[in-house]
Amino acid sequence: MDSRARGRGRAVSEFFLMNGHGAYVWSAYGITLAVLVLNAWLARAKHQSALQRARELAAQAEVPRKQPTVRRL
Amino acid sequence: MSAFNAVLLRDLRVAFRRWSELAHPLIFFVIVVTLFPLALSSTSSQLREVGVGVLWVATLLSSLLALDGLFRSDADDGTLEQMLLSPAPLTVTVLAKVTAHALVTLLPLICLVPASAYTFNIPLAALPTLAVALLLAAPTLSVLVGLGAALTVSLRRGGSIVGLLVLPLTAPLLIFGTRATDLSVNGEPTTAPLLFLGALAALAVSLGPLAIAAAVKVGIE
Amino acid sequence: MKLPRWFHQLGSPPYVYRLAERLCPWLGGLGIVLLAVGAFWGLVIAPPDYQQGDSARIIYIHPQTAYIGMMAYVVMAIAAAIGYVWRLKLAHAVAVSAAPIGAWFTFCALFTGAVWGRPTWGTYWQWGDPRIMFEALLLFLFLGYLALRGAFDDRDKADRVTAILAVVGVVNIPIVHFSVEWWNSIHQGPTILRAGGPAMTNDMLVPFLIMVAAFTLTFYWLLLRRLQAEIIEREGDARWIRELVAGGAP
Repeated sequence: MDSRARGRGRAVSEFFLMNGHGAYVWSAYGITLAVLVLNAWLARAKHQSALQRARELAAQAEVPRKQPTVRRL
Repeated sequence: MSAFNAVLLRDLRVAFRRWSELAHPLIFFVIVVTLFPLALSSTSSQLREVGVGVLWVATLLSSLLALDGLFRSDADDGTLEQMLLSPAPLTVTVLAKVTAHALVTLLPLICLVPASAYTFNIPLAALPTLAVALLLAAPTLSVLVGLGAALTVSLRRGGSIVGLLVLPLTAPLLIFGTRATDLSVNGEPTTAPLLFLGALAALAVSLGPLAIAAAVKVGIE
Repeated sequence: MKLPRWFHQLGSPPYVYRLAERLCPWLGGLGIVLLAVGAFWGLVIAPPDYQQGDSARIIYIHPQTAYIGMMAYVVMAIAAAIGYVWRLKLAHAVAVSAAPIGAWFTFCALFTGAVWGRPTWGTYWQWGDPRIMFEALLLFLFLGYLALRGAFDDRDKADRVTAILAVVGVVNIPIVHFSVEWWNSIHQGPTILRAGGPAMTNDMLVPFLIMVAAFTLTFYWLLLRRLQAEIIEREGDARWIRELVAGGAP
């Protein structure tokens, strides 16, 4: 039982080490993942801020209509 | 007199009117070429290794200096608009201006190169190839510089961006030009890279003016 | 010649916006799933290369990011050309949206390539290697496009000037692809897109293609999201936008 757990642990650590190439493989995959996440975040952020600006523009356009006319008798 | 000749002669005359400005790229070239041995403070064989590359890069950088004279000064005083309105096709006018730039800026630079090659201990035998490679690269370089100038003609401070646009596009010239020179230093046949430079020149001269003219039109409208 | 309806619809910003809104969840969802599946397959299931060992697993991300970077440039150039010739603002919007994504993917390609090169050829970078140089040139073209764009105050002028730059630079794409055939390069020749079919066994080819699909879907998802933002910015206070945000857009 103990040796099997140790065997599994060794398999996991081997997976991360990749026979000495771990640094290369993981940095490559890691940077790519980071760039993808960054791009996803940037694209969403741009979209949201554009929507926000559109909302502000729409609110400004409505304001004059809402102001009541003051009539002098 | 054809439109091409008219514009060419006019640009040459304008350039020579301020001939002290013509010297700027040349002085820049000499300074850059001098700085490298100072900075590297290396042995003569090391100088020879970097020399070819340094000469090419210095030539590319120096050719950027005369950019403003290509289009911006004409745009500022309205001459460029006149050229747009004239019956002569804009591509011809543009080609003439680019040719003038090549004659006025690049040709003197190329003349400086043999002397500078000496400072880098490049063997005399390689000089003809170096000169031929530079001459073959010159049309493409002029077209690229013209393109950079045209793309930024309407920008107030376009100067800083032009290098960023033009220099990456000159990379193939650099690659083939230095390769040809290195090959001739080693005594090997240089036809392949020289032919490539020639092909690039043909491509640039035939299609470049179209892009430059389009950029000028967009820039001024 | 009567053009099909969808052709005209593609020139309409609200139509494209709503189409993007419907497509994005699918593109993004499927993209993420395929990325996960492909990455797992490549990292765990696929065998290590008998020569390169485990670093060959980078083959499941490096060529893909390079390919997407090139695709992004072609999309950008074609869109910019369409916008220039037919004066379609929407086409220019596509070009602008594609540029930063293409730049990032090209950066990834260069990075993963360098990291792969170290254990394989002993060097991260080789000056003068044609494929590396022209791929770097591609990155500079993207950066130049973005820089030139940012330098203009007038958006229409920016659109048209950068369109010229984009079209001029497109010659670099076939050069990058064929550079390994035309010159001596430490980079290997084409493995997939070659006469005679792919030179890869199935246990590597499948995750390879999965990742190609994954990155492609992700690219188009990113493109559409950016395009939506660009459309909103360009349309300003158009009525359809006011209705869009009033209707409680997320």
